[in-house]
Amino acid sequence: MSIGINWLKYSSPQAFYPLAGRLIPWFACAAVALMGVGLYMGFFVAPTDFQQGEAYRIIFVHVPAAWMSMFLYVVMAVWAGIGMGLNARLSFMMAQAIAPTGAMFTFLALLTGAMWGKPTWGAWWVWDARLTSELILLFQYAGVMLLRTSIDDVRRADRASAVFALVGVVNVPIIYFSVQWWNTLHQGASVSMATGSKMASTMLTAMLLMTVAFWLYSIAVILARVRCVMIERESLPVWNDDEKPAVIQEVVEAR
Amino acid sequence: MQWGSASEFFAMGGYGLYVWTSFVATALCMVWEVLALWRRRAAACAEQRAALLGSTDETTA
Repeated sequence: MSIGINWLKYSSPQAFYPLAGRLIPWFACAAVALMGVGLYMGFFVAPTDFQQGEAYRIIFVHVPAAWMSMFLYVVMAVWAGIGMGLNARLSFMMAQAIAPTGAMFTFLALLTGAMWGKPTWGAWWVWDARLTSELILLFQYAGVMLLRTSIDDVRRADRASAVFALVGVVNVPIIYFSVQWWNTLHQGASVSMATGSKMASTMLTAMLLMTVAFWLYSIAVILARVRCVMIERESLPVWNDDEKPAVIQEVVEAR
Repeated sequence: MQWGSASEFFAMGGYGLYVWTSFVATALCMVWEVLALWRRRAAACAEQRAALLGSTDETTA
């Protein structure tokens, strides 16, 4: 191989466990740092919106949370699909680890959306296409997680929740394009790949910084959760000598 | 910068309740998630430890 690293090695939980452990602090620190810069930009550099006043500043958590809710669902479905295709344990574990964080961002997108809707539309909630499809996404995350906990056999639980996740992925483009396909109260995209940005550049910078920060946060949290899943699932010392989790090391030393 | 004073900053042009609820809720969710993971990891490690030590007790007995 031209590159000196055998990437396939990391497809086994035993090898991935310590790698994830080493990566978590970097992603966590980068997330905190970028969130700090993003919040500073969002509150102190970005100007007041001429239409919405200061209420628009909710955008700095609302849009990143909403993007993450959709993005994480797709990533979860991709891992579920890889798990189904290759029958890979680690892929199913990744899908399992992503679901709670995705659900949290979906909940936050809905909550911050309500906080934005009340002062600008006069209603916490309306049944428009964007809001309804995002609410369905929350139910989908709940379904994926409930399906897993309701089936005792881990391999069957993996497959059932993977099928559920894969079928549900059709909702993601529906959420994304809902503001174009239907006449929604929710405003259209402020940032579009076709037309570029309609926002002041400092607003856009702050929003993108917060998005990258949320993205890094998600990676750190998901890696931490996948490590928990590995300890929970791989019950006894199946780990290699130099790569075993600290808990087994402790037990071995205690003997 | 557009803020004349700290109270002006917290008032957010009259939208303080909405803006701060959004940001505080997001922060609380993230902190809660990290703490929940911390506890989950401790519980999983404790279970592993108990299982391992339990099995050694059986073999030595």
